[in-house]
Amino acid sequence: MKSDHHVILRVIGKCFIPLIVIYGFYVQFHGEVGPGGAFQAGVVLAVAIILNSLTFGLTATMRAVPPVFARSLAAVGVLIYVGVGFWSMMQGGLFLEYQALFGEPPGGHDGQHAGIIIVELGVLFAVTGAMITIFYALAGRVAEIRDEDW
Amino acid sequence: MRELFTADAGPALINITLLAILFIVALAIARLRSLFAIVMLSGVYSLISATWYIAVDAVDVGYTEAAVGAGMSTAVLLGAMLLTARTAKPDKPFKRIGPFLICGATAVMLIYATVDLPGLGDPSSPANTGPGMTYVHINWYDTAVPNVVTSVLASYRSFDTMGETVVVFVAGLAVAMLLGFGERSLAETLRKTKKRRGKGKEGDVS
Repeated sequence: MKSDHHVILRVIGKCFIPLIVIYGFYVQFHGEVGPGGAFQAGVVLAVAIILNSLTFGLTATMRAVPPVFARSLAAVGVLIYVGVGFWSMMQGGLFLEYQALFGEPPGGHDGQHAGIIIVELGVLFAVTGAMITIFYALAGRVAEIRDEDW
Repeated sequence: MRELFTADAGPALINITLLAILFIVALAIARLRSLFAIVMLSGVYSLISATWYIAVDAVDVGYTEAAVGAGMSTAVLLGAMLLTARTAKPDKPFKRIGPFLICGATAVMLIYATVDLPGLGDPSSPANTGPGMTYVHINWYDTAVPNVVTSVLASYRSFDTMGETVVVFVAGLAVAMLLGFGERSLAETLRKTKKRRGKGKEGDVS
């Protein structure tokens, strides 16, 4: 961080990381009507954090997004997904039967929409957390990319 | 080959150009010895494949390829590359014969199988007449979700997607269990900064 010969990289990274995050959320919440979905959105969000660690150093990124947070996020995501399944079972339906979430008659679609949105949120958390955990596990062994590698 | 001259030549030209670039990039990856260049070129390969998927109307597949292949796996390979040597050892020429024969045999089988494939967008192909078409017809009445891909993935085949999510989670868990959680570098940097400030005592950082 002391030398600034990567200054162009850092400035461009600083501009692009927020855009990547917004785009990830756009893909997530637009997945019902457009291409893409939670898996892609999760990877896009993880890539934003990875880009941050490639340009600003791994330690700074680990302070912003701690490894504990990343792996808890993955576990919480899977829990949310499975939780929707048990929610519909408690409402008297089958496992992951979204129609039963609000006890609607056939023809009502609120349960479908809510179920899909919550489940995709779970997938987003799980994918983002798992990808960041994998990257931390690999990158945490070598602290920085040395200058002669570029 | 006949379609190239009778049908609209534009899409064919795009396909041929993209596949030619893919071929050249693959050759360059096979010839290179510098691992950094190979990682970057594999990212380029994924990006061009994503473009080609979009050219043949598989938008979701192209999107996934761009996000996972070009973005994520390039970053992960970069992290893995830093742990090893920077250049691959040159291999002996006679050792290349076995892989070359296997690749050649696979290529011949794939080309032979391509002859039986239905044309792109063929309405009478199995993909367009079987359960896929049923989903397109009943989707709106069942779920009222405009994107059929989403409703099939998240509603009709929700069990399947749950399995995929668990697979991703387990993959992350397995890598973290094998390689550690990556907190070592954080702890090391913290120790260094503490020493520099002169506040840290020896051995108080676990």
